[in-house]
Amino acid sequence: MAESYRRSQWSNGLFILPYLSVFIVLLVFPLFWGAWLSLHKVDLFGPGRFVGLGNYARVLADPVFLQALRNSIVFVLVSVPSLVVLGLFLALALNKTTRTTSFLRGLFFSSSVLSVTIVTLIWRFVFIPGDGLLAVISEQFGVQPVNFLSTSGWSLFSVGVATVWWCIGLPMMLFLAALQQIPNDLYEAAALDNASPWRVLKRVTLPSIARTIMLVTIIQIVMQFQLFGQAQLMTNGGPNGTSRPLVMYIYEVGFVRWDVGKAAAASEFLFLIILVAAMAQYVVSSRKSEASE
Amino acid sequence: MSASIEITNVTKHYGALSVLDDISLSIKAGEFVVFLGPSGCGKSTLLRMIAGLEDVTAGTISVADRRVDTLPPGKRGVAMVFQSYALYPHMTVAQNMSFGLENIGLPKPEIERRVSQAAATLEIAHLLDRKPAKLSGGQRQRVAIGRAIVKEPKAFLFDEPLSNLDAALRGRTRLELAQLHARLGSTMIFVTHDQVEAMTLADRIVIMHNRKIEQIGTPMEIYRRPASRFVAGFVGSPAMNFVPLTSVTSNGGTINIGTSGLGDIHAAFHLPSGFSPDGASLGIRAEDVTVLPAGQTGIALKAEVVERLGDRTLIYGHLSDGTKLTAETDGRSEARGGDTLQIALDTTAIHLFDAAGTAHHSEGD
Ligand SMILES: Nc1ncnc2c1ncn2[C@@H]1O[C@H](COP(=O)(O)OP(=O)(O)O)[C@@H](O)[C@H]1O
Ligand SMILES: [Mg+2]
Repeated sequence: MAESYRRSQWSNGLFILPYLSVFIVLLVFPLFWGAWLSLHKVDLFGPGRFVGLGNYARVLADPVFLQALRNSIVFVLVSVPSLVVLGLFLALALNKTTRTTSFLRGLFFSSSVLSVTIVTLIWRFVFIPGDGLLAVISEQFGVQPVNFLSTSGWSLFSVGVATVWWCIGLPMMLFLAALQQIPNDLYEAAALDNASPWRVLKRVTLPSIARTIMLVTIIQIVMQFQLFGQAQLMTNGGPNGTSRPLVMYIYEVGFVRWDVGKAAAASEFLFLIILVAAMAQYVVSSRKSEASE
Repeated sequence: MSASIEITNVTKHYGALSVLDDISLSIKAGEFVVFLGPSGCGKSTLLRMIAGLEDVTAGTISVADRRVDTLPPGKRGVAMVFQSYALYPHMTVAQNMSFGLENIGLPKPEIERRVSQAAATLEIAHLLDRKPAKLSGGQRQRVAIGRAIVKEPKAFLFDEPLSNLDAALRGRTRLELAQLHARLGSTMIFVTHDQVEAMTLADRIVIMHNRKIEQIGTPMEIYRRPASRFVAGFVGSPAMNFVPLTSVTSNGGTINIGTSGLGDIHAAFHLPSGFSPDGASLGIRAEDVTVLPAGQTGIALKAEVVERLGDRTLIYGHLSDGTKLTAETDGRSEARGGDTLQIALDTTAIHLFDAAGTAHHSEGD
């Protein structure tokens, strides 16, 4: 019986084989290839020359890289908490089944299905100087309009606003799914226990969805470190690189200046950051959930 | 600490669905009242309206002579034990019990005193630092009761609190609830569909059926003098036997009851003048049907299934006209399926039900 059980387990593995092979070809292989590239001087012409950690040294010495790294970190530090808090807020507000809430859920989620091109088009209409929505409004109030897309500080902020608007659907839906798992009788017990709405949120709701909050945070950190399209299309990294994120740096070094080895080295840094972020959150969340059992 | 509860003309609708219709009930301070009825008859709904978890569509509810049906749940002075226990999963047992007390701003020493006292009473003191996930079903149950006790409520509301326990634990907890009621002397309302729980715990049972209260009475009243055919059939195990009537003739204090399966029966009854045998039936419990010793002649019962319970034997069979009837006899009976037995009825224990289901009881007992 044990034998047949083991055999059936192996045959179950066959079902994931197609996926596994695609995964290896498209993910694991490039991972190692990228690592190999980062140790070589590679350009468009001819094979690479082994340079050891030379590319890494060049990347770390590049002020443009350091600026892009800083931009990405700032962007993640602002956009991820915004997405988590706003997503949670929307989920709490829409956690009832009425016609209005279903409509609003659909509405807030609908931005997620748009392509980055359309998202940036929409937000360019808002932020663009002269005829942009914000410019028109500030003129109405007699305020000197800010040139959002080409003022240092405001440009990254504008990209962040467009990003939060674009990405809010997934956190909201994940939070809604988690909220719906909370048994209603807990809220009834809390009502009989005279708990204020704030106490209910703090002592019943938030602890019950702690895992989901962690999960959403990890997902968003990983996603927002990969910011590229919005920045490229809205500000092109400007002014003076103040809204250039890491991925855009990698793109420019690798595909505009064709310094592939250096770009690969920068990618490895990005990979490391995302890995560390994910691991840190994972450790925190597993320790938290142990304490709650 | 205990309080009377007054329910006056309470009606409940969910949209177009009417669940409870014009319910009135008064519960005395310190009384243990059980709502008994089949699933879906609105017991939980009535309990939840007292707790404040459902709105009343019409009518009023008062606790300790104060109208509460417009107050939020926490302000009604009642505590509820849920069927699922509804313990806060992320709080320890102690936190679960003190949460409600913290919310009303009770001083810490008082909270600690109440929690440790309740924990001692319920023998859960060693569990105070555990989370609910690390407790057994019975332990969770105790914590849920503890969470109610520490509030020192005017009334306790229980919604099928024993239904998630195994049989042995259910019996023990039932006993402990009775002891708890005796010690605290609080008003308690207990919802169940289990008649054994109702019979053993209740001072009074409220039988609910079809959006209405069918009968309110002590367990013995309910059992011996059921107000309707529904109550008679719902309470008691095995269920009461019903035999259709063919005729009724009254002569003074006694009547002649004609049936096709049991023949003619003579019993002491005061029936209203308009009582018609159409659609009426005679009811008698299995324990009031005697199996006659061999050689005596009575009413023939063809046994189909014989159930031996050790102390007694249940004989499921049918009468000459095919009407089903169950008889109870002692544990040493040697009757077997297929036998034809001779039986007799205790005519003082007969009930008659008119076509509408209203009961009339024999004057004999
Ligand atoms: N929230 C609700 N919406 C609509 N119908 C409900 C709701 N709650 C209960 N009901 C209906 O009310 C009736 C009584 O339910 P309930 O009080 O839970 O019965 P019981 O506790 O006696 O089993 C049932 O028919 C049930 O379907
Ligand atoms: Mg119920």
